[in-house]
Amino acid sequence: MNIESKVRNRALAGKLGAACLLSAALNAAAADDWKNPVLDKYPTAAVATSGISVGDNYVTVGQLHSISGTMAISETGSVEAERLAIKQINDMGGVLGRKIKIIQEDGASDWPTFAEKAKKLLVQDKVASVFGCWTSASRKAVLPIFEKENGMLYYPTFYEGLEASKNVIYTGQEATQQILWGLDWAYAQGCRTFYLIGSDYIWPRTSNKIARRHIEEHLKGCKVVGEDYYPLGHTSFGSLINKVKLKKPDCIYSIVVGGSNVSWYKQLHAAGITGESLAKKNKLLLTISTTEDEILGIGGENCEGFYACMKYFQSLGNENNVKFVEAFKDMWGDDSVIGDVTQAAYLGPWLWKATVEKAGSFDIDNVATASEDVEFTGAPEGYVRIADNHHLWSKARIGKMLKNGQFEMIAESDELIEPNPFPEGYK
Amino acid sequence: MFKQSIKKLFPDRAHQLSFLILAVVLLVGIPLFCDSFRLNMAAKYLSLAFAAVGLVICWGYGGILSLGQAAFWGIGGYCMAAFLKLEAARNIAMEQGSDQIKALTTVGLPDFMDWNQITELPRLWYPFKSFPLTMICLLVVPGLIAYLLGNAIFKRRVNGVYFAIITQALCWLMEILFVTSQGLTGGINGITDLRTCLGWDIQSDSAHNILYFLTALLLLGSILLSKRVLHSKMGKILVAIRDMEDRVRFSGYDVSNFKVFAFAFAAVISAIGGALFSLNVGFMSPKLVTIEPSIYMVIFCALGGRRSLIGAVYGTLIVCLGRTFLSEKFPELWMFIMGGIFILTTVVCSDGLAGLVEQYGSRLWNFIKKYTRIDVLLAKISPRLTLSKEQS
Amino acid sequence: MQGFAGLSQFSVFLLMALGLAIIFGQMKVINMAHGEFLTAGAYTTVVISDLVTKYCPSLLPYYFIFAIIMAFVVAFLLGYLVEFMLVRHLYHRALDTLLATWGVSMIMQQGFRFIFGGREDSAILPEWLMGSWSPTDTIDIPLNGLFLLGTSIVMTLLVAFLMHRSRWGLNVRATVQNREMANAVGINTKKVDRVTFALGCGIAGIAGAVFTTIGSVSPAAGSLYIVDTFIVVVFGGAGSLLGTVLAAFSIAQSQSILEFFLSGVLAKVWVLAIVVGILMIKPQGLIANRVRK
Repeated sequence: MNIESKVRNRALAGKLGAACLLSAALNAAAADDWKNPVLDKYPTAAVATSGISVGDNYVTVGQLHSISGTMAISETGSVEAERLAIKQINDMGGVLGRKIKIIQEDGASDWPTFAEKAKKLLVQDKVASVFGCWTSASRKAVLPIFEKENGMLYYPTFYEGLEASKNVIYTGQEATQQILWGLDWAYAQGCRTFYLIGSDYIWPRTSNKIARRHIEEHLKGCKVVGEDYYPLGHTSFGSLINKVKLKKPDCIYSIVVGGSNVSWYKQLHAAGITGESLAKKNKLLLTISTTEDEILGIGGENCEGFYACMKYFQSLGNENNVKFVEAFKDMWGDDSVIGDVTQAAYLGPWLWKATVEKAGSFDIDNVATASEDVEFTGAPEGYVRIADNHHLWSKARIGKMLKNGQFEMIAESDELIEPNPFPEGYK
Repeated sequence: MFKQSIKKLFPDRAHQLSFLILAVVLLVGIPLFCDSFRLNMAAKYLSLAFAAVGLVICWGYGGILSLGQAAFWGIGGYCMAAFLKLEAARNIAMEQGSDQIKALTTVGLPDFMDWNQITELPRLWYPFKSFPLTMICLLVVPGLIAYLLGNAIFKRRVNGVYFAIITQALCWLMEILFVTSQGLTGGINGITDLRTCLGWDIQSDSAHNILYFLTALLLLGSILLSKRVLHSKMGKILVAIRDMEDRVRFSGYDVSNFKVFAFAFAAVISAIGGALFSLNVGFMSPKLVTIEPSIYMVIFCALGGRRSLIGAVYGTLIVCLGRTFLSEKFPELWMFIMGGIFILTTVVCSDGLAGLVEQYGSRLWNFIKKYTRIDVLLAKISPRLTLSKEQS
Repeated sequence: MQGFAGLSQFSVFLLMALGLAIIFGQMKVINMAHGEFLTAGAYTTVVISDLVTKYCPSLLPYYFIFAIIMAFVVAFLLGYLVEFMLVRHLYHRALDTLLATWGVSMIMQQGFRFIFGGREDSAILPEWLMGSWSPTDTIDIPLNGLFLLGTSIVMTLLVAFLMHRSRWGLNVRATVQNREMANAVGINTKKVDRVTFALGCGIAGIAGAVFTTIGSVSPAAGSLYIVDTFIVVVFGGAGSLLGTVLAAFSIAQSQSILEFFLSGVLAKVWVLAIVVGILMIKPQGLIANRVRK
């Protein structure tokens, strides 16, 4: 692992709060001496009728992530990506000729605080849209507020599904998009027995539920040989590893999140379960929770050769992504890593811009109805389109973890996969 | 009769005055300066203050430091939330053709249960179908748990430090249970999306205002009730136990009974606060039932002055307001300030704000009296208030 | 095999609990910041590992021993400072030390976040700590686990020797039993207190250093262990080293055995419930100091 990069990243995370405040000030200054070129076509009185904060040359949006507390580590990437997208949009002339002003609030890794701040953004600041939240719990806490106060939330994380709201656009994958195709892939590699492992909360549990159904009912001759959950933050996986060794599954299906990840992979490595040793026996470890961000902490040498199924890897070679990675590193330092969620967060402001322009209005109701079929061809992951249930059509990909902390993409679904947050027969 | 009871509650004028000031601040001051959004936040803080008031009794007076107060507070909150959630589920069942109804396999069951493949209401949830039963549950269950626990622990003469650690462990245990039994409690997401209470939309502005006043009044009520307890013979014995447990025991009292009572009383008061929190905020989460909020509750109480019921409310308000406003501006600095408060209130002024007021308050009062005629004015407004002082 | 999984958990518990057993058991100070001293030790190791890889990669195989010593020194000095500035004012108020040290832990955590950022960090392991030892085909014992076990045994013996066989240990025990008397016979009790506290913290620092071999470091890493550790110390019976060892062993083993048969979460719940249950019946812990009050 590159030491300088680690040091830089630390400094970056530390300074992010200050940097955000600074850039917010710059944003505002930029908006003040900006002349809206399309004001005649889109007069303020016509594009904002519901009292949201839109002026002749600016529109206000909110950003609601944890800058402090335990989740700050994970949410930093999303904050950065949204900032980048908004900066790029402003440089291109804004949305309907209006520059975007950001009001940032800190959810402080605490769900009641998220609810409180969401309400402040909607009621006091009257923002036109909010980019934010990361954990399911924080989204669940703010959802009633967005529905009650009629706001718009762009939520970036892959999550468990079982939800669809007029007031939320889900830019990450819902569970079936991430799981079914990945399991089919593992089946094609010859996996017949599966061991499901997860951190103990709703996303891993729901995901594993879907996975179990799929394995038992749709994959011929396959079975689940074990299923285990550990509390968030758990660090000793010795017993689990012994159980896994005893059951000898073809596929270890892992949804361990956060700090537990590091201990989990380190202990696997120490116990002799590595990508290489599994491959020799024609077995594999497949995860849907470990992105480049996590590998930075785990250390590439500990998880080399394992597989992850998600929709985006930093190493994707398409043109959009090359440009995106370059711009991201320009803004946030050469050593930034970009994981799946970071990319999904980047989609938020762009999709919102496209939707507002399609609707010709900032009003939430118009944006919500116009959202269906909005597409974004410049997405780093490739082409994406919003479905009628406010989730995205997107591809699924399998990546192999490399020693340098990056993924090598080794498989990709042919078609965009339809989002299906309420899968029949999987509930 | 009225004079008598006032005298019983407030031994001197300073106490009367401080209670009056608190009542004015809560019922007039805060509502005057806050819009309904901020008022709702204030109500949220006040519902935490209940736990601090409970701690004054069991820690400040009883000398029992419970590091698991949030558990009792949380049980109250979860009971209320369960009731509201069932009502929300019934409402959804009524609303034909909505998105949410498509998502459910069993209509009328809370959504999170449905996601956990529970097809009929678990037995544990039956009481929450009825409002009166919910009320009884949220008062009785925490009280009963505290009673049983207290009985087991205090009868064995476990001392304060061990008690603190055991309560901490239990609080942790409860959090793990709440997180892991997702079908029953909503797991780490908690119970969310609570919109109505007995058909009354609790998310509207007017409801927020009314709930604020309800919270403030109940808080003042609990303070009065606590004062009543503390000024009875019971309270005196509690203080005696705190200061010299053995001597009280040798005088023939069963010390543990008094401790158990203080502990259970504090638990019930806290649970009321938790229930009000669910109403005010519209959800309940296991993050509020863990060790960390428990310790925050202790610091609310310590900052206000661990022996001052009224101080506990101010302590809560100061810490919560500090957290909200400072964390908006300086999220990094806030933790340092918070840590500083912990250290200062324990090392430098262990009697907290109330101690400071007591130390400098009378001087300040004399100073004000000298230059204004406020005491005469007060005596005119409310002759009853000065009465007890003259007698004492 | 499964026994070994319990053993490495046992080592973590024991190393954490050793320091606390000295501080809490002997001095009756509830040090809620104990976990943060562990974090401090762990960060020291990470920094040293970073420095070594940057400036003299050739030393990488040996740096770990040095890092352990440095982790001890850093945590010891921090502990010394905290005792001097804070804890010494609170010796007669056990419950207040709890609150004050909680404040210290918040400040330390935020300090770590300030200096190192919030990301998970880990030290680079020397080669000889990676991989596993497999005497037969079905058994592999992770080397880092063995190292952890070794360190905790050595540390326990060292502490036992210090407490029961050295002059200094005698002074500590004298101070604990009767402060005035100890003062009277010429023991500088203030100095004894300070060094005892700092030593406890230093041991936590070592625990942190060794801990980097199995987990990662983040600002809040230490707080994950603090409750567990207190339970171990209380369960063992405060003031008894043997009790601490027994408690760490029984809790760790029963947890890992239960984990094997139940799910991880349920195992934790059961162990906690059983321990609390036993404590209610036997509040003095497994091995009680027979002192008459």
